[in-house]
Amino acid sequence: MKVCFHGGSEIEIFRIKEKIDKVKYSRDDLVSKISPEKLLFMYKNMIRTRAFDNKLKAMLNKGFSISEHSTLGQEAGPIGACGALEPSDYIMPYHRGWAWAIGKGMDPKYLLAELLGKRTGYCKGKAAAHLGSYELGILGRSGVQSAHIPIGTGVGLGIKRLGKNNVCIVFFGDGASNNGNFHEGLNLASIWKLPVIFFCENNSYALFSSAKDTTSVANIGSRAVGYDMEGYIIDGNDIISIYHTTSKAIARARAGEGPTLIETKTYRWDGHNAIDKIHYGGYRPKEEVDSWKEKCPIRLLEKDLININLLDKVKIEEIKLKAEKEMDIAEKFAVESEYPAKEEYLTDVFAC
Amino acid sequence: MDREITFAVALREAISEEMRRDKNVFLLGEDIRYSVWGVTGGLNKEFGDDRVLHTPISENGFISAAIGAALIGTKPIVELMYSDFLILAADSVINEAAKYRYMCGGGKFKVPLTIRAAGAGTGTGSGLHHSQSVEATFIHYPGLKIVIPSTPYDAKGLLKTAIRDNNPVIFFEHKLLYGKRGVVPKEEYTIPFGKAAIRRKGKDITVVSWSYACHKVLEAAERLSQENIEIEVIDPRTLFPFDKETLFQSIKKTNRLVIVEDGVKRGGVGSEIAGIVAEEIIAEIDAPIKRVGAKDVPIPGSRYGEKFIVPSVEDIVKACKEVIF
Repeated sequence: MKVCFHGGSEIEIFRIKEKIDKVKYSRDDLVSKISPEKLLFMYKNMIRTRAFDNKLKAMLNKGFSISEHSTLGQEAGPIGACGALEPSDYIMPYHRGWAWAIGKGMDPKYLLAELLGKRTGYCKGKAAAHLGSYELGILGRSGVQSAHIPIGTGVGLGIKRLGKNNVCIVFFGDGASNNGNFHEGLNLASIWKLPVIFFCENNSYALFSSAKDTTSVANIGSRAVGYDMEGYIIDGNDIISIYHTTSKAIARARAGEGPTLIETKTYRWDGHNAIDKIHYGGYRPKEEVDSWKEKCPIRLLEKDLININLLDKVKIEEIKLKAEKEMDIAEKFAVESEYPAKEEYLTDVFAC
Repeated sequence: MDREITFAVALREAISEEMRRDKNVFLLGEDIRYSVWGVTGGLNKEFGDDRVLHTPISENGFISAAIGAALIGTKPIVELMYSDFLILAADSVINEAAKYRYMCGGGKFKVPLTIRAAGAGTGTGSGLHHSQSVEATFIHYPGLKIVIPSTPYDAKGLLKTAIRDNNPVIFFEHKLLYGKRGVVPKEEYTIPFGKAAIRRKGKDITVVSWSYACHKVLEAAERLSQENIEIEVIDPRTLFPFDKETLFQSIKKTNRLVIVEDGVKRGGVGSEIAGIVAEEIIAEIDAPIKRVGAKDVPIPGSRYGEKFIVPSVEDIVKACKEVIF
C-alpha cells in the first residue's frame, strides 16, 4: 500500500473501517461432514462435562475445597474444538471449567483427585487446579490470566522448530484478551506463522465486569485484523459450527498458513465461581441469563443427532446415567485417595 | 601457548558449540543477527535465520514463547538486550518459567530455558533503565538458577552448562566485561553450577564478590596488600546454587567477611550471604559482617554521575579496613 508520494496535486489519507463478512452454511451439510462416531463422542463429552460440573457443585456444597469455575452453558466450545484435534496435538487451557480437560481425554477420576490435591491426581496432587498432563498434550493451566497465551504461541514455535505437524489451541476468555500477553502472543504467532489457534470464549463477563465496560471492541474476533491473521466470530453454543470452524483453522495451521483467532459468543449459566452469588440479577440482568439458558448447547446437538437417528430418548437417558455414575466413581476415588507425603511437596522444582 | 579471547567471543564460542552439538538449541532476541553486544552477530550465517530469530520488542511475550517452545523439547536461548528488562518480563520469568515444572507436578514437564541477561550493570552512562544490577531480585524465587561469570573462562564454561541445564537459568553478562580478555582453552570444558572460584588467596578478610565488582575488589586487594592487609577474594560465579562450602572454608581462615556488589546494598545479595553466614557459622566471625553495595538511589543518567552511586575501589578498600582492628 503506497502511502507516501512526496507532493503532487492530491493528498491521500487512509481511514480504517472494519469489514466483517457473513458466510452461510447448510446445517445438515455440516453435520453430514462429521462422522457418527465423532458426533456421539462429542455429545457424550458435553454430557460428561456437565455431569462433572454438577458433581463439583455438589461436593462444594458438602464442604470440599475445590477450585472451580463453572462451565455450565459453555460446554460446546472446548469439546467441539478438542473434537477436531489429534491426540498428539496440544492445548494451552485456562481457568474456565473442565470441558477442555474432558475434551482432551482426562479421566474424571484423576482429574478430581488432582483438584483435591491427592497424590493419585494427574500432577501428584501438587498442582490442584493448575494441572496439566504431558501425555495428553495438556500443557499446564497457569493462574495468571492471559500468561498462557504467549506460552501457547511458543508451543507453536516449538512445533515448527521440531518439524512436527501438530497444532496448539489456546483457550481463554474475553477478559484475557485485554492483557498485553494477548497482544504480544498474537503478534508473535502472526509474524512467525505459527500453528496456533487462539480460541476466545466470549461470555461477556470477566468476574463481575461486563465486556462492554472493559473491552474496546464489540467483537474480539475483530482483533484478528490487527494481527494480520484469520479471524472468525461464531455461535459458541453450536458445536457443529465450532467443530467446523476449528477444523478449518487446524487444517490451515498444519498446512503452514499460520494462526487463527476464533471468537465464540457464549454465556455461563452460573457465577464466575462458587463464591459469586450475584450473577443472577446482580451484575447480570435476570432476563439476559434466562434468555441464554434457552440456548443450551447440549439440547442443540441432541436435536441434530435425533434428526439423523443417532440418538433417541432411551440412548440419551443411558448416556446421562452413565455419566453420573462415572462422576460418582470419580468422587469416591478422589475422596478415598491419599494426599502426598510432606516431603513430596519439596520435590520437582528442578529437572535433572 | 594459552590463547586469550574476550568475554564476548567466549560466549559466542559457547553458543556456537552448543548449537552444533544439539540442533534443538536456538536463539531468540532483539537484533541478535547483528548483536548489540558482539556475542551473537552473524551466527545466522552458520545456523540459519530460523535458528537465530529476531523478536519484536515484546520481552514478556517472547520469553513466554521460549517457555512454550522449551516445554515440548527445544532448548531456546533468549537474549534480553539489557538485564533491566528482566523486570519488564518478570511475570514470564518468575511466575511462569520458574514455577512451570512444579506447577504441573514434575514428570515430563521441564523448562530448559537460558535467559542471557545481557548488558547488565553500571558503567557506560546508559541511565537508570539500562544500568541496573538486578540479580538480588531474582535469587528470591524458587525455580530459577542464577549464573553471573566474571571472566571469559567462566563465561564459556558456565554458559555451556546453562544451555545444557534442563531448567530456567538467568545468565548475567556485565556490559563492561564483554571486552575483557582472558585465557580460554580451545578444548571442550564446562563449569558446574554451585562451585565458587578463589580469585586471590589471603589470610585477613574473606571478600565475596562477583561480575564486574569482583575486578574492582581485585584492584582493592592490590592496594590493601601494600598496607599488609591480605584479602581472600571468593567469586561465587553462581548465586543460586550458591557454594557455601568454599565460603565457609575461607571464613574459618580469616574470621572476617565483606561482601561487595554493584547492586543496591539494601536487600542486595550481600544481605542473603550475610544472613547465611550469621545463621550457620557465626562463631567463626570476629568482626561485623560488612556489605558494600550501590547507594539507595536510582542510577543517574550520566557517566559522571553514576560513578558516585556504585562502589568504587576506594569504597572497597575503606570497607575492608573497617573490619580489621
